[in-house]
Amino acid sequence: MSLPGLDQPFVKGSVQTRMGPVPRISSTLVRADRWGSIKARWGVGRMRYTIEPGLYALENPDEKSPVLVTANYKMSFDRLREALPGRNAWILVLDTNGINVWCAAGKGTFGTEELVRHIESSGLEHTVAHRKLILPQLSGPGVAAFKVKKLSGFDVIYGPIEAKDLPSFLDAGLKATPEMRRKTFTIKERTVLVPVELVGTLKWALIILPVFFFLGGLGGPAGFWSGALNHGLLAMVALLSAVAAGAVLTPIFLPWLPGRAFSLKGLAMGLITAIILTAFRAGNFSDLAGRIEILAWFLIIPAIAAYLAMNFTGASTYTSLSGVKKEMKWAVPLEIAAGTAGLLLWLGSRFVT
Amino acid sequence: MEKLIYLRDVVTLALDRKKCIGCGLCLVVCPHEVLIMNNGHVSIENRDLCMECGACALNCPTEAVTVRAGVGCAAAVINSALGRNASSCCCVIEPDAGACNGVREAKISGRTGCC
Ligand code: SF4
Ligand code: SF4
Repeated sequence: MSLPGLDQPFVKGSVQTRMGPVPRISSTLVRADRWGSIKARWGVGRMRYTIEPGLYALENPDEKSPVLVTANYKMSFDRLREALPGRNAWILVLDTNGINVWCAAGKGTFGTEELVRHIESSGLEHTVAHRKLILPQLSGPGVAAFKVKKLSGFDVIYGPIEAKDLPSFLDAGLKATPEMRRKTFTIKERTVLVPVELVGTLKWALIILPVFFFLGGLGGPAGFWSGALNHGLLAMVALLSAVAAGAVLTPIFLPWLPGRAFSLKGLAMGLITAIILTAFRAGNFSDLAGRIEILAWFLIIPAIAAYLAMNFTGASTYTSLSGVKKEMKWAVPLEIAAGTAGLLLWLGSRFVT
Repeated sequence: MEKLIYLRDVVTLALDRKKCIGCGLCLVVCPHEVLIMNNGHVSIENRDLCMECGACALNCPTEAVTVRAGVGCAAAVINSALGRNASSCCCVIEPDAGACNGVREAKISGRTGCC
């Protein structure tokens, strides 16, 4: 039998149970909690953003209070308690190595066995008189409710997807509306994910952009700086707009872009971007090199945009593995082919013609 | 809101209506209303909305509904094709996500997850 430590910064006193003192927490987050969330979002030390697993008391629960189960990722925990102001409840925290509920359920760490283990080690059967556990619906891929019942005697009741719906769920007698059970992917939810995608891509851009700038200056009849400032700069603008098309605009405009495959949506956005870029370079079609250069960008920009858009499948809330594999089977070869052809044409326009 | 639907007819979701006892557990856990209940049995209503999360299959007491569960994430597919552990996270379905970076890929419950 073990209970979480009372010396964690967010713990305020304890509630005495037959099993010993259970740490008491409040639904109000303090500045340290919020600061921790900000740091976690920006990836500062987020691998250690955990709390001790086990049973906690939200305010002053008794033997009739509901039991809510969550992961030991501090942000999941904070979101849960924050959603329940003025309520008394038990919160059972599973050890998911600091990973949120959905990811942990997929990996099985937020799973049937882990749950049963914690029901036993926290002595929950002695602390509450009922036999009901409320789990987030998104833990479904990891927890088999009927097995938990068989192994522990506790009924698993799947609560709403979002913690903020918990008060209405509890007040409705543990009933969720269809809206609470549906995972959405709204424009706001998509936009929030853009920075994560962008940061990874821009790291590469920092290496590649100077190379294109330099190559832009080397070829051609004019001097280095005139070439670099003209063709090299165009290359940098083109590459950055390709990134914007695939990693920013495609996610935001996702439902309105044609096709179902993400690569197609990215391709469409890439073509639009290439057309806009061409419009700005309308004066440069007079010679062969200028025309080949534009053609090169018409291949490279859509290829990059399609690839980045395809990578957004991982952030989406509705793509299946079978679908992603099918999409990649045709999209990846095409993206590579178009990208390579475009690159060769561009080099040709700088060094051959 | 515009409805987002992924590719047509690709998912591995399958249903054996004879085994179904109509308990409704699969309906509760599904985040996309793929299944519906009629006449005491479920049927697949919106196949193309399924994201192969596996929640329905795991929670079905009679194995009436089955699916090859996995995470629909291109980066994960690339990483596993290259034989390396995933370094990029794709588990961002939850509002508080962003916690899975750098965590070793686990093969528990047959998922080919990336985080
Ligand atoms: S695998 Fe997931 S999305 Fe597909 S039907 Fe089952 S619960 Fe619904
Ligand atoms: S969980 Fe299985 S038995 Fe229960 S309704 Fe769904 S398919 Fe039928």
